[in-house]
Amino acid sequence: MSDLETFRRETRAWLESNCPPEMRRASQGESDTCWGGRKWKFQSDAQRIWLERMAEKGWTVPDWPREYGGGGLSHDEVKILRQEMRALGCRSPLDSFGIWMLGPALLKYGSDAQKREHLPKIARGEIRWCQGYSEPGSGSDLASLQTRAVDHGDHYVVNGSKIWTSYADKADWIFCLVRTDPDAPKHEGISFLLFDMESQGVSTKPITLISGASPFCQTFFDDVLVPKANLVGELNKGWTIAKYLLTHERDMIGGMGQTSESRSLGQTAAESVGLENGILADTVLRGQIAAYEIDAWAFRLMMERAGDMAKAGQAHPAISSLLKYYGTELNKRRMELVMSAGGTDALEWEGARTRDGSQVRAWLRSKANSIEGGTSEVQLNIVAKRILGLPDA
Amino acid sequence: MSLVLTSEQTMLRDSTRSLLVKSAPISHLRRLRDERDPVGFSRPLWKEFAALGLPGILVPQQYGGMGLGHVEAGIVMEELGHTLAPSPFLSTAVLAATAIARGENEAQKQEYLERIVAGDLIATVAIDETGKHRPEKIALSAARSENGFVLNGAKTMVLDGHVADLLIVAARTAGTPGEIRGITLFLVNGGSGGPRAERTVMVDSHNAARLTFDNLKVPGSAVLGTVDGGWTLLDGVLNAGRAATAAEMAGASEEAFARTVAYLKERRQFGRLIGEFQALQHRAAHLYCELEVTRAAILKAQQALDESFDKAGPIVAMAKARAGKSATLAVQEGVQMHGGIGMTDEFDIGLFMKRVRVMQELFGDSNFHADRLARLGHY
Ligand SMILES: Cc1cc2nc3c(=O)[nH]c(=O)nc-3n(C[C@H](O)[C@H](O)[C@H](O)COP(=O)(O)OP(=O)(O)OC[C@H]3O[C@@H](n4cnc5c(N)ncnc54)[C@H](O)[C@@H]3O)c2cc1C
Repeated sequence: MSDLETFRRETRAWLESNCPPEMRRASQGESDTCWGGRKWKFQSDAQRIWLERMAEKGWTVPDWPREYGGGGLSHDEVKILRQEMRALGCRSPLDSFGIWMLGPALLKYGSDAQKREHLPKIARGEIRWCQGYSEPGSGSDLASLQTRAVDHGDHYVVNGSKIWTSYADKADWIFCLVRTDPDAPKHEGISFLLFDMESQGVSTKPITLISGASPFCQTFFDDVLVPKANLVGELNKGWTIAKYLLTHERDMIGGMGQTSESRSLGQTAAESVGLENGILADTVLRGQIAAYEIDAWAFRLMMERAGDMAKAGQAHPAISSLLKYYGTELNKRRMELVMSAGGTDALEWEGARTRDGSQVRAWLRSKANSIEGGTSEVQLNIVAKRILGLPDA
Repeated sequence: MSLVLTSEQTMLRDSTRSLLVKSAPISHLRRLRDERDPVGFSRPLWKEFAALGLPGILVPQQYGGMGLGHVEAGIVMEELGHTLAPSPFLSTAVLAATAIARGENEAQKQEYLERIVAGDLIATVAIDETGKHRPEKIALSAARSENGFVLNGAKTMVLDGHVADLLIVAARTAGTPGEIRGITLFLVNGGSGGPRAERTVMVDSHNAARLTFDNLKVPGSAVLGTVDGGWTLLDGVLNAGRAATAAEMAGASEEAFARTVAYLKERRQFGRLIGEFQALQHRAAHLYCELEVTRAAILKAQQALDESFDKAGPIVAMAKARAGKSATLAVQEGVQMHGGIGMTDEFDIGLFMKRVRVMQELFGDSNFHADRLARLGHY
């Protein structure tokens, strides 16, 4: 206990003297976040310094082993680091698909060479990854994917197309699901490949979202050569890795709305709607906000509990589906309340006053939360079958 | 603190569970109900509780208790929720024991706590006066007279109030209803020398009473805590009760849910198990998520009471609000997914609905707590 208290004290002191003031407020969303990568241009010196200092300590990925660029912290130490960062308002120094998704999968399934090659670059924000899972014909039914990889001796030749590939045009490398045995049952002919987006034959076409942003692409592969050393795990056993990676993606998406929240919704609403007799002038909205705040609070505790259960070896492997489903539905609810509290002022799409409609765009963007990473309906299917053991139709 | 039970806590859960499964399964509640048992719970069963030390779970060890916390009390409450067993655990071991143990009066502790631990004293709190829980609206008056006070007024929904040996009565000694200043707690004997008690038979077949105080004289030594300054203690006792009630709801809703999921795997229609229908799968999965999230909230609230009793109010409010909502959903879905049989008295699922409805109201329903939190959040 006292060791942890010492760790807490030292961590706080370190954060206080090392986190630049500009990095002590919540990120304003995807465009205000440090994603890293070969093409990355830092938005400020503070952003660069904060990344460098945190990467130096291994705290961009505090729970990874030190040999791969991580901080080597225990579960309890990571919890303390996050609490102290939250208390000081320190934002995350680096967000990336490498941290959230590929890293955990490589730690579990990667070869030693693959871990040494890729993990430190993720930890330092040098290489940015994108996720090549979904295809035009394969969304919820991901295992029906058709992108082919054919064995050509010391490499594979990849052909096909992925869709909704977030940041494909900004990423350096892709982790990609490909079909390596078209004759096997659909889950048993899939492999997990890594390759450079600058490889010959890779091209991307941006797609615009309803929020006006264009964070994702259709991605095409035309005779792309991938060295065999870039196969993760065994040939045709990629589905297991794919699912494991998805559990990490789902944990992350589920928690997204809660970690970015800096002030209470009730306070925000009090400013825009106004108070009468000390309570929100719109009493129906007030009740909805209070109910939301209660559920959000409880959900944050659920996330904490899921971590504690994992540490105690009591977590069901499908718990990430619960977190994903609950967290994203909650986040959508929150954004609806934010819009309701803002009234017509919240509807401006352009102009400096609203920072080009950042709020209305965030509201629209939130609708993807219950789609990306597997839809809410798919998560409920998983909970029903894997946790509750309900029968297949 | 970790949000999983320790091995000691798991053992407590298991021993309580085996006692209840053996001595107080749901048939126990049915028997008490159908025989119109005048006490409404089993005194021999309460003695069995005492043999395990359960009535003294929150009583400090120096008074013979187990000196454990609200997490442990919640574990027992949760198990009671599973079998719906009526018992004075909430009234006596949680509410009254908390009030007396935190009342800072050595003589009172000496007099009552050991008897609570032994299972020899049934004690309760008398707080609510109206159908909706509004503790600051307490109006029952306690006027000074000679060396003591004279009590006038009425209380409702007093748990086990028809058989309690000791009543802890929240009365107004100053101020007006709506003010938290001016509330005082009194220790009043039940039975013949006490207030008039009318047993109220409630929907859940558990035990409550209305009490009427008609110029009832009590000595000055009956004051628990300080005169006019009883609110803090009262609020703390209520928070203990809220967390405990939330835990009982968690137990009841999880039992109802487990029975419902089992039914989905057993009942056939249209030539298949009804659990194959995705409409039902999704509702069951959603409910599971709600219950798990609530479980985290309740455990945190119990830990908050144990770590910092006086500051736990908001988190307890959150947990009670959550528990009320998710338990209500659990029992409603439970009855619906059982179809016609779910509506029959013979089948148990409806009993969970009845009990949860009572627990939802007790010590403030979800709306009450949501309103409280909104006020604390200045909106
Ligand atoms: C913003 C955003 C970013 C994304 N980023 C990436 C990325 O980086 N990489 C990547 O690979 N993919 C990405 N995706 C794709 C995402 O994973 C898919 O959109 C998702 O899995 C759903 O697939 P779909 O779009 O084909 O919808 P469909 O599968 O066609 O679903 C349509 C509707 O049918 C429902 N449905 C489908 N099957 C069932 C069923 N069995 N039971 C009940 N209902 C069902 C769905 O829930 C949904 O409501 C992204 C998506 C979005 C919106």
